[in-house]
Amino acid sequence: MHIMEGFLPVKHAVGWSVASAPVVAYGLYSINKRIREKPEQRMLLGVAAAFTFVLSALKMPSVTGSCSHPTGTGLGAVLFGPAAMAPIGGVVLLFQAILLAHGGLTTLGANIFSMAIVGPFAAAATYRMARTVRLPFGVSIFLAASLGDLLTYVTTSLQLAMAFPDASGGFVASFAKFATIFALTQIPLAISEGLLTVIVFNALARFNLRELKELNVVTAREVQL
Amino acid sequence: MKRYQNLLMMTAVVVLVALPLWMVQKPAPGTDGKEVEIFLGADDQAKDVIGKLAPGFKPWFRPLMEPPSGEIGSLLFALQAALGAGFIGYWYGSSAARARMRRELNKDAQC
Repeated sequence: MHIMEGFLPVKHAVGWSVASAPVVAYGLYSINKRIREKPEQRMLLGVAAAFTFVLSALKMPSVTGSCSHPTGTGLGAVLFGPAAMAPIGGVVLLFQAILLAHGGLTTLGANIFSMAIVGPFAAAATYRMARTVRLPFGVSIFLAASLGDLLTYVTTSLQLAMAFPDASGGFVASFAKFATIFALTQIPLAISEGLLTVIVFNALARFNLRELKELNVVTAREVQL
Repeated sequence: MKRYQNLLMMTAVVVLVALPLWMVQKPAPGTDGKEVEIFLGADDQAKDVIGKLAPGFKPWFRPLMEPPSGEIGSLLFALQAALGAGFIGYWYGSSAARARMRRELNKDAQC
């Protein structure tokens, strides 16, 4: 669930847009470069984008009695690096902002920052760390996708708390309120997203092992096993 | 084993989605007799909290276009999911067919 249209003060809206723009631009550059060098990876890029489309359209119920949706950005972040997901997540957010009045144009920068930048960077970093400590492939993917999803909504809560600090408790009290709404609701959804991402990666490992190796997702040694 | 693992994970996702529906009970109508709605969007709740934290704040921009009704909204969300799922299905199907053809080719070569 994204920050709604017009609900961020102008200064914050502009600030988050300025923060997101260079990452989106670099992401576009990196995708273009990759497609030029390795056109055969286009299909996987499509899969990563499609996965984000599906998951961010599914509003699921949560134990808190409210609904939210997963983000689906962890898959592409592990495959193509986090920057590539900034423009892809941006397209999804733009689609929802223009056609569905979900999120918004004035809050697009802030929403790109949480869903298409923080989430993917968290996912990619988690995956690398998990692999460094030699966790199994599936477990690493699960942790990466779930944490990326969860941190997206922690970021949304932070952004709202910065814009609307509590009169008595300040930023911290306000963050606690927004985090109860967004982050707590998100926990079961993040687990679902982790599991769904592992399912897709199982298929990728079966059909696209060579590409996974080229993308440094799995090591050459694992391919031989 | 892999197939079994995927099946288990899919079951877990279904359980995770179904469990809240069963766990969260609709509270009794409040004193004003209004029905309490549950499973609203988390962003609606955030809107209420913003209203409490900054009573003077007015959204300064309206969505350019709003789905004329909830039905149209769900149509567009379904369309978004269908586009994504369609592409993933196409990739999976063509990959599976390619893998099978490669296997058969190898078998023929061995005879």
